[in-house]
Amino acid sequence: MIRTEELLLNVGPQHPSTHGVFRIIVKLDGEVITEATPVMGYLHRGTEKLAEDLNYTQIIPYTDRMDYVSAMTTNYVLCHGVEKMMGLEVPERAEFMRLIVMELQRIASHLVWWGTYLLDIGAMSPFLFAFRDREIIINLFNELCGARLTYNYMRVGGVKWDAPVGWIDKVREFIPYMESKLDEYHRLVSGNEIFLARIRGVGAYDAQTAIDYGLSGANLRSTGVDWDLRKAKPYSIYNRFEFDVPLGKNGDCYDRYLIRLEEIRQSLRILKQAVEQFPSSGDVMGKVPRVIRPPAGELYVGIESPRGEIGVHIVSKGKAEPYRLKFRRPSFVNLQILPKLLVGETMTNLITILGGIDIVVGEVDC
Amino acid sequence: MGSWLDETLTWGNALLFFLWGVILLAIVLGFVTYAIFFERKVIGWMQFRIGPNRVGPWGLLQSVADIAKLLMKEDTIPRKADRALFILAPALAYVPAFAVLAVIPYTQKLYFADINVGLLYYVALSGISTIAIVLGGWSSNNKYALLGGMRSAAQMISYEVPLVISVVGVIMMSGSLNLRTIADQQGDWFWQWNFLPQIIGFVVFVIAAVSELNRTPFDLPEAESELVAGYHVEYSGFRFAFFMLTEYVYVYAIAALTTVLFLGGWHAPFPFLDWVPGIIWFLLKFSFIVFFLFWIRATLPRIRIDQLMGLGWKVLLPVAILNVFLTAVYLELFVK
Repeated sequence: MIRTEELLLNVGPQHPSTHGVFRIIVKLDGEVITEATPVMGYLHRGTEKLAEDLNYTQIIPYTDRMDYVSAMTTNYVLCHGVEKMMGLEVPERAEFMRLIVMELQRIASHLVWWGTYLLDIGAMSPFLFAFRDREIIINLFNELCGARLTYNYMRVGGVKWDAPVGWIDKVREFIPYMESKLDEYHRLVSGNEIFLARIRGVGAYDAQTAIDYGLSGANLRSTGVDWDLRKAKPYSIYNRFEFDVPLGKNGDCYDRYLIRLEEIRQSLRILKQAVEQFPSSGDVMGKVPRVIRPPAGELYVGIESPRGEIGVHIVSKGKAEPYRLKFRRPSFVNLQILPKLLVGETMTNLITILGGIDIVVGEVDC
Repeated sequence: MGSWLDETLTWGNALLFFLWGVILLAIVLGFVTYAIFFERKVIGWMQFRIGPNRVGPWGLLQSVADIAKLLMKEDTIPRKADRALFILAPALAYVPAFAVLAVIPYTQKLYFADINVGLLYYVALSGISTIAIVLGGWSSNNKYALLGGMRSAAQMISYEVPLVISVVGVIMMSGSLNLRTIADQQGDWFWQWNFLPQIIGFVVFVIAAVSELNRTPFDLPEAESELVAGYHVEYSGFRFAFFMLTEYVYVYAIAALTTVLFLGGWHAPFPFLDWVPGIIWFLLKFSFIVFFLFWIRATLPRIRIDQLMGLGWKVLLPVAILNVFLTAVYLELFVK
């Protein structure tokens, strides 16, 4: 008696391509997915609850561990929220330092994505090329604040450390190097027939769907929606610099790929202008009260992290600790569309689509 | 050497056969050990790494250490696996891989068996390894392994056919299935070797051969980013080593076969270089093919299973058949 049945396959939490401890339960008909259920929470550490017992400076190291691939932007969103609530002035030099490290971080984060995405697709070498170039950025950060991954660099009212002598010159040298490497990456990968066949038209959705699901970052812009918080709601000193927001058309993995690589180029453009205008002297820490007590009230600020809109909602009762702290994590929100995208795709495309969304599990689970 | 096969079988002869078999096995094991080392070094250099350099001088003993580790590992068999088939599969994969080497001629005089249907023998035997892979995937009682095994079966059916048809052109030109005759009949100048007159067949053969080897970009049965490790996910220790050994012995076999069929075997590229022994030329061509296989592994991403099927049936097979037709027309018009 021959009968067929669906295969219930448990992808993760220990699987090489789920980028951490993420799990998807898929029902397979042959190799075609009929149902996909993401399961998350394996990395949940209760950051938001823990924050209620900590003062604002103590929360900053916790934000490092949320989006650990892009810790600088997560640092920034909390400091920025608190500064806005208290109406603090941030010195010019500190703003430049923040902007430079955030853009370097965006490049580093996209490089990690690029390398691991191609590893998912089966190309091994780009991963090592990407990490070789990321290493330069990591070393720059190391020189700046002594850490390579979880920087704990920003503070409410400024940054902890000033740039060491010669640091800005190193950033300046990095820009042309990275530009040439970016061209090399395009030559190596972007035109590869197998690569194009693998990702073109895969995981496509339209602009309305993307907005309905609350997507942000490259996932939203790949559908052609011009929404980059650096332009749409300028924060820090982004309005002083010229840069473009790369947009896609088809909303597929290929557009997301091109957007992320183009964002590296635009970040380099911002960096080039920033190192030219970098103030030669000045404080990196503003005048901040010894105990940070934002006035009672609520506030939400969002900024553009490499993965999309990362936001913080602070509820303060006028104490040194927040009454309630809520992070809007782009990886978590972007992941919502996954079950919808996966139905009808093959097992291979599951990896391609999941990789294309660009999640960091530390941020998904928070 | 081949003439011994015609003699009556005595104890002395049987001992000789056995000895030659052991020698070939030693050569093959040596090749596999250093092919793995070479692969890691080559890919390391392509990726701006150093590669293994700790064990022994220049890391030369790295693979030896790896194999020793695998042999000493605990032998684990999953409780719900089909025990008999699970144990059988790695051996079943390896035996045909080694057996196909019997028909490869290295030089005019150095060969093990001179079979008139040598090519057919190769193709027929190498298909058996796929059964072993399906068996390993099935008996592991693991869903990833099962998917890997099934992919392997699908892949073999789609690629064995163009592989065989792509060499039909070569067979027509030499009029023989005997590998020694095929190698011998290729001309003295390198443009007279089969790879230029049979360029279509050669390209199809190389693509189908890489697919036969389950190597990047066709390494779907063990696609580690999707299926973790595919069909051998539950294997460890020396059983796993046997699957790996099979893979590298097939690299040896395919590289040797390509050399014999398309690259003129032991012939020198120019007649005035004939004073160099044939075995040197054979080894050079052979090494280049092996290097080529490692090279594409460092360069290309993996193809998707449905695209693989499409490529096999819709592109390679028609092109291979077209090649047979063109060869027939050429032979009819110009040679006859």
